[in-house]
Amino acid sequence: MIATHDEHPRTDGAMIETHDLRRTFKARRGDVEAVAGVDLRVAAGELFGFLGPNGAGKTTTLRMLATLLPPTGGDAIVAGCDLRREPQHVRERIGYVGQRGSTDPAITGRTELVFQGRLYGMSAAQAKRRADDLLVVLELEAAADRPTGTYSGGQRRRLDIGLGLIHGPQVLFLDEPTTGLDPQSRARLWDEVRRLRDGGTTVFLTTHYLEEADALCDRLAIIDHGRIVAEGTPDQLKRQIAGDIVTLGITGDPQAALDLLGCQPFVRETGAEDGALRLYVDRGETAMPAILRLLDGAGLELRTISLTRPSLDDVFLRQTGRSLREPAA
Amino acid sequence: MKTLRDTWLVFQRNLGLTLRNPAWSVIGVVQPLLYLLLFAPLLKSIATAQGFPSGGAYNVFVPGLLIQLGLFGAAFVGFSLIAEVRYGVVERLQVTPVSRLALLLGRALRDVLILLIQSLMLVLLSLPFGLDIHPAGLLVVLGLLALIGLLMASCSYALALWLKSEDALAPFLTTVTLPLLLLSGVLLPLSLAPAWLRHIAAFNPLAYAVDAARAIFNDHLGDTSVIKGIAITAALAIIALVVSARSFGRTVA
Repeated sequence: MIATHDEHPRTDGAMIETHDLRRTFKARRGDVEAVAGVDLRVAAGELFGFLGPNGAGKTTTLRMLATLLPPTGGDAIVAGCDLRREPQHVRERIGYVGQRGSTDPAITGRTELVFQGRLYGMSAAQAKRRADDLLVVLELEAAADRPTGTYSGGQRRRLDIGLGLIHGPQVLFLDEPTTGLDPQSRARLWDEVRRLRDGGTTVFLTTHYLEEADALCDRLAIIDHGRIVAEGTPDQLKRQIAGDIVTLGITGDPQAALDLLGCQPFVRETGAEDGALRLYVDRGETAMPAILRLLDGAGLELRTISLTRPSLDDVFLRQTGRSLREPAA
Repeated sequence: MKTLRDTWLVFQRNLGLTLRNPAWSVIGVVQPLLYLLLFAPLLKSIATAQGFPSGGAYNVFVPGLLIQLGLFGAAFVGFSLIAEVRYGVVERLQVTPVSRLALLLGRALRDVLILLIQSLMLVLLSLPFGLDIHPAGLLVVLGLLALIGLLMASCSYALALWLKSEDALAPFLTTVTLPLLLLSGVLLPLSLAPAWLRHIAAFNPLAYAVDAARAIFNDHLGDTSVIKGIAITAALAIIALVVSARSFGRTVA
């Protein structure tokens, strides 16, 4: 029943590829373009993040890629299968964990896992064995035979992920996997997701947490108003925006230091305020020793020096003009 | 083959959920039982009136009660589905390769099974009152009830997926089921009705099912009303199954 993965050899390294993917919703006051032409390429084995504020089109894109929502435009290849023409093949190869949970509160975790396995064509014995394995890996053995209604938020989320993994999918889609979790459960879930990626599963997750995108993802796309506004590794993104910022406290005349450093090739931009000198440089860790040498050679005395890296919020701010930081996020 | 297997899996899961609270299924029989105890005796005195069908009060009334049980027993099954949509269970199932028809059929067949058990209980409880039915007739009536169960459950699930809210589904179902019931001749035979009422009732498919059930209880298995009732119910059940199965394939949230 589970088809062999070799019969669709169209992947050429990409696990997900979309071209001008669109989704328009009909609304009373005209059409709303929730996803307005998304082009994506996620390599096999990658941990890819979709970062954006609520309502940016993250979930809509994810639901389209998971066959839950038909696109109104464009097309996509997921796990080697055409999303529009072969949704059934896509379903056999992917796992999807929605935001809202996915279990019946009256049914035990083990029963849910076994049922899920059976739906993917496993025999009762196979499904039971697979459920047992997952319960161990996800540390849910103690709760396995309790109804899921009694689970903690973290336990329920881990069970949701277990359900998405039951058939060993090539891609796992996670929609805001850590929203609503306490910091401990979140850290635990991050470890879980990294383990998955290390095991070879491609993971595509959405998040509106900057820290999560930064700490977890190999590569990410920033989406706003249904469009991708930036894409790359977290480091690339941050670097492409502003570079690093070196802040200097100089004893004496800051202007002399500014004249000296401002013309160096590694300094992109300078700024001064309250006697502190700000230098925007490409790579702070290599610029700092050079700055120290130059100042020393010119006999300028340095009081303080600090290096700050731009956050993904700076990236988002620069691209969209808005901050992603929400109060009490 | 896959659809059969999937249907069986979905059926098992949903039957398990029902059997968690078997009390609800038993309570479903209480209402028709009350009619049997508190309303049917009234019919005894008018069973001889002009226009009242032959066969005795209970052989006329119990078939109607069974159809009513089928109507109300299966019409409200959509509520459990709305809860499942809210839990995210339906969306989770839609991401799997499970057959969309099986998602409907597994549930609807569970409802049919419960309905048939309830119907048998009602028939058995009616025997001491003087109900008289042939075993072959009983089988045909159960078959008719299974079709009504499939029809009503499919409609209820399709409506649930469409409305997605208990607050909308409850008034909707009440508004639809009450005229269906009144115009079906369940409580009093439509043969007692004035002509204009009978003309309206001619558009109610349930009225044909009631006619069929009464003919069966009167040992007229070969009657055209039996064939007509079963054919109309079967055709509607198939349409409802197709429409509802398609709504299980659509986006739910």
